[in-house]
Amino acid sequence: MTMNANDLLLDIRELTIHYVTDNGTVHAVEGLNLELGRGETLGLVGETGAGKTTTALGITRLLPVPPGVVRGGQILFDGEDVLLKDEEEMRSIRGGKIAMIFQDPMTSLNPVMTVDKQVAEMIKLHRKVSESEALEQAAEMLDLVGIRRERLRDYPHQFSGGMKQRVVIAIALACDPKLLIADEPTTALDVTIQAQVLELMKNLKRQFGTSMILITHDLGIVAETCDKVGIMYAGRLVEYGDTKSLYDNPNHPYTVGLFKSVPDLEEDCDELSVIPGLMPDPMDLPSGCAFHPRCSHAEEACSRERPVMIEIEPGHFIACPVRARALGKA
Amino acid sequence: MIRYIVRRVLFLIPVLVGVAFCVFTLLYLTPGDPARMVLGDLATESALQEFRAKEGLDQPYLVQFGNYLYKAVFHGDIGRSYVTKRPVMSEILVAFPYTLKLAAFAMVIAILVGVPCGILSAIKQYSIFDTLTMIFAMIGLSMPVFWLGLLLIILFSVHLRWLPSSGFDTFQAMILPSVALAAQSISMVTRMTRSSMLEVIRADYIRTARSKGQKESIVIWVHALRNALIPVVTLCGLQFGHLLSGAILTESIFAIPGVGRLMVDAIKTRDYPMVQGGVLFVAVAFSIVNLLVDLLYAYIDPRIKAQYR
Repeated sequence: MTMNANDLLLDIRELTIHYVTDNGTVHAVEGLNLELGRGETLGLVGETGAGKTTTALGITRLLPVPPGVVRGGQILFDGEDVLLKDEEEMRSIRGGKIAMIFQDPMTSLNPVMTVDKQVAEMIKLHRKVSESEALEQAAEMLDLVGIRRERLRDYPHQFSGGMKQRVVIAIALACDPKLLIADEPTTALDVTIQAQVLELMKNLKRQFGTSMILITHDLGIVAETCDKVGIMYAGRLVEYGDTKSLYDNPNHPYTVGLFKSVPDLEEDCDELSVIPGLMPDPMDLPSGCAFHPRCSHAEEACSRERPVMIEIEPGHFIACPVRARALGKA
Repeated sequence: MIRYIVRRVLFLIPVLVGVAFCVFTLLYLTPGDPARMVLGDLATESALQEFRAKEGLDQPYLVQFGNYLYKAVFHGDIGRSYVTKRPVMSEILVAFPYTLKLAAFAMVIAILVGVPCGILSAIKQYSIFDTLTMIFAMIGLSMPVFWLGLLLIILFSVHLRWLPSSGFDTFQAMILPSVALAAQSISMVTRMTRSSMLEVIRADYIRTARSKGQKESIVIWVHALRNALIPVVTLCGLQFGHLLSGAILTESIFAIPGVGRLMVDAIKTRDYPMVQGGVLFVAVAFSIVNLLVDLLYAYIDPRIKAQYR
């Protein structure tokens, strides 16, 4: 995976994150490589436990420590490794340059603080403004996400889930970050609200020129929102490419399985196809390719060698030598 | 909010009538003749009869209770001590400042020690500090106040001769009884603060605050603490009520002339009006403290305030 280094906002190299517990070591992220260009939206897709959220928390160094440990790798943001930054530098990056939206808006806001103060707190941390200016800017930001002025002094419990997620979005974008990491921002919302919130995020992203990593397990949302897609399995990236080329031509056996498990409205179908087997135990990952025990294409070598990313068409990579060979690319 | 306060005050009335009824009934059913207790074994039958008639003890039970309530509500008169012959109310009002001072001192100690210890224990969970704090909390919770009080007297009054063993008039004299009384509350406040804090610092909104780039100290002291304190405030309120009413043992050990000791003495001499008055007074104090805590609670947690609009 190569891109002109200057165009890259985020370049993650061989990132390995473990959770060390009394019962063993959880291999949450293993040798992850990921790139994100300026202004791009990357969808990070995978099952629960694939390491998506851990990756996101790793980028902002918000992993719970202990048990979280970054074992190795680099996270280059704007060319600088965030893993080498001290806590004070990290604080100016968090919120100011990299903002996050979390999964559950119900619990993401402080219940004893009015919403305008929660937005203003972000502004005061990253801009040199007075309390009243910060509150004014917060009001503008909340207006932008569709929260009326008379609701500014309300507490989170007075808002619905969708409205709370709007507040969370207002907080995240308040200081014009370069990168927005949205960790399943719509999972906790019902479907009609999901569409509204996604539309809002897309518009604001365009307006602010922010790059975005959208973490989800909803392939439909990715298709609508993202330029690039990365499919994660057991802490590793297994396929990466432009949304269009990946959706038109999914190639890694795991990605193929994922797409097959999505029901098609136009076709009659009695039973959804599933990927046989279960996600591997993250404390005891299979050797070689982590997917090989569940893979119909698996060969003997798959259990020995960890696959590397192979470019099968321009900008489209898979971590599967067997499939790449079948396509004549290895 | 005002409607809520009024409603809460009105709710006090049935509670207090109930308390009065229970105390009155219990003492009525207790064996022992107050007339003989007061007048002594040598009193003549006619003298006993005269005493019973004068104090209304020959009246039917419900009439006695009705009279008691009527006088208490409309004249603030909750009887006259059989022993000292002075009004119960004025005896209590003399003793109450001691009890209040003792309970307040103990509460302040419990909060000043318990809350910071609980927070530090939670932030440094499983550290040596946390372990030691939890061990001390366990000891403090298990140690009966009369035993702890005696140990404190032996160490600080008898051996070290630093602090007086009785009385409550100087600051030095207040230290030992307050500490002895506070021991259980310190332990409970510490444990409650710790567990509440542990829950809160794992909450999503704490992660949100960190993701804004907020300083860890502000994340803990502003975002986490106010949320974590909500259950602690409830506990402190209950504890304060407990301290007001539960200072009996402490007052007896350290010879403090508070309401608790007044009641113990009254029980020993079967001074019925005094016991009734004391219990009623403590119940009123307890209820008022609870009311204040509920109001404070609504102030801290906007979700509760919203319910009472």
